[in-house]
Amino acid sequence: MAVKLPIYMDNNSTTRTDPRVVEAMLPYFTEKFGNSASRNHPFGWEAEAAVEEARDQIAGLIGATGKEVIFTSGATEATNLALKGAAAMYRKKGNHLITQATEHKATLDTCKRLERDGYQVTYLPVDKHGQVHAEQVREALTDRTILVSIMAANNEIGTLHPIRDIGRLCKEKGVLFHTDAVQAAGKVPLDVNDVGADLVSLSAHKMYGPKGIGCLYVRKKDPRVRLEPQIDGGGHERGMRSGTLPVPLIVGFGAAADLARREMAEESKRTFALRERLRKGIMDKLPETYLNGHPDERLPGNANISFAYVEGEGLMMGIKDVAVSSGSACTSASLEPSYVLRALGVGDELAHSSIRFGIGRFNTEEEVDFVADLVVREVSRLREMSPLYEMVQQGIDIRKIEWAAH
Amino acid sequence: MPYSDKILDHYNNPRNVGSFSAADPTVGTGLVGAPECGDVMKLQIKVNPVTGLIEDAKFKTFGCGSAIASSSLATEWLKGKTVEEALGIRNTQIVEELALPPVKVHCSVLAEDAIKAAVKNFQEKQTQPEPQTAGAAG
Repeated sequence: MAVKLPIYMDNNSTTRTDPRVVEAMLPYFTEKFGNSASRNHPFGWEAEAAVEEARDQIAGLIGATGKEVIFTSGATEATNLALKGAAAMYRKKGNHLITQATEHKATLDTCKRLERDGYQVTYLPVDKHGQVHAEQVREALTDRTILVSIMAANNEIGTLHPIRDIGRLCKEKGVLFHTDAVQAAGKVPLDVNDVGADLVSLSAHKMYGPKGIGCLYVRKKDPRVRLEPQIDGGGHERGMRSGTLPVPLIVGFGAAADLARREMAEESKRTFALRERLRKGIMDKLPETYLNGHPDERLPGNANISFAYVEGEGLMMGIKDVAVSSGSACTSASLEPSYVLRALGVGDELAHSSIRFGIGRFNTEEEVDFVADLVVREVSRLREMSPLYEMVQQGIDIRKIEWAAH
Repeated sequence: MPYSDKILDHYNNPRNVGSFSAADPTVGTGLVGAPECGDVMKLQIKVNPVTGLIEDAKFKTFGCGSAIASSSLATEWLKGKTVEEALGIRNTQIVEELALPPVKVHCSVLAEDAIKAAVKNFQEKQTQPEPQTAGAAG
């Protein structure tokens, strides 16, 4: 069977909105267009009912209650609200936050701003699989620590962090625990009470929902978490995030979360099988390829592979009918490869040689086989063109050459 | 980022991929860039000792599509030139020919550096009787 090109295999970036989600959203653009904050007519009531249902659907995915869901424009805003909001609210308690090196920029750049505003942030290093461990957090905690922020799963390498250990440690120490669960939610089980999370960032478009909507889970009891709002206005969302709610997007988010909750077990099995088929299809045929991230504790659909002696962006051109991402940053002025791979201790050379494959709900076995064959063919072709490969074949140790950095 | 048809053509059908023996006294080898920067080019010229013309050129490149295209194009342009003429090839000409976007200009700079390094290596061989292998420069 011929596959349809281009093939989308970049599901850690975004996902296609599920047609069932689109279906659920459509009436809220047209006949059900009310403002959910309009309390005195049926248009408002109808919109409000839809929003409340979506809240419950999203809460259901993470073992929370609907009242603990604060809608935001996306996970970046949710993370900004979690960190800045908690830092400001609990300023009297202390000025210290703990996070780790491979967080998303939404977390790292928010932490940088907090540092400029007088807070202190500890950035924990990760091990070679990209994990931080509870013991590291324990050692970094001080009596001035307000909050710990560790992502549930990494967006580049798919590594799952031991957030249950970390969350429970935070509970024991009375420190707030935030987790960016954008990549994990709907892919691996996540229960806020089991994990001990007080704040959780989620995004709809990573789970087959629409772009432009996300939420922050804010724990309501044990403890009741309070946040300094970052956007002031009409007092929506328990005063934590003002602004008219985008009802169609919220309905879509709710529908996506509901589908994810109901189909996660089956779907994860399927995406895991496809990912393994892809990984083996590539790595069993090509020597000197390396899986970045944790071998087992990783997102089911993620494979981040380095291909020695071949530059990632060059490879992407060779497989241009397949949408993937590269850890190489040859397009940027800095020429710096992925900070995530660097944090793992992957050498710059192999970081430049990495490709992230993100398999999702809509990928097929035929697509996976097509991609594996294409990658094997193109890597072999590019290696024949690579001076590094040639040198290694001649027995030259390319690490010993004094390269002139440019 | 959209790539020009010329970049894609050189990437898909690279000209003059390969190697000459670096020990050959008529061969000049330039090796520029660094793996940790994501770009390494090896460019070689073979000079006819009678005519003084570059009769053949070969390359191998580790890098993005634009780097591969820049070095492929450079080998095409080198053939039939004297080494002095080769030194006249400017990266801006490569940028223009391939319609390289601004973020890829460094690929053309690397190709120009590779040409210069290959010529330098060739010229050193002409003044020194001992054959040399090329080291990295750039």
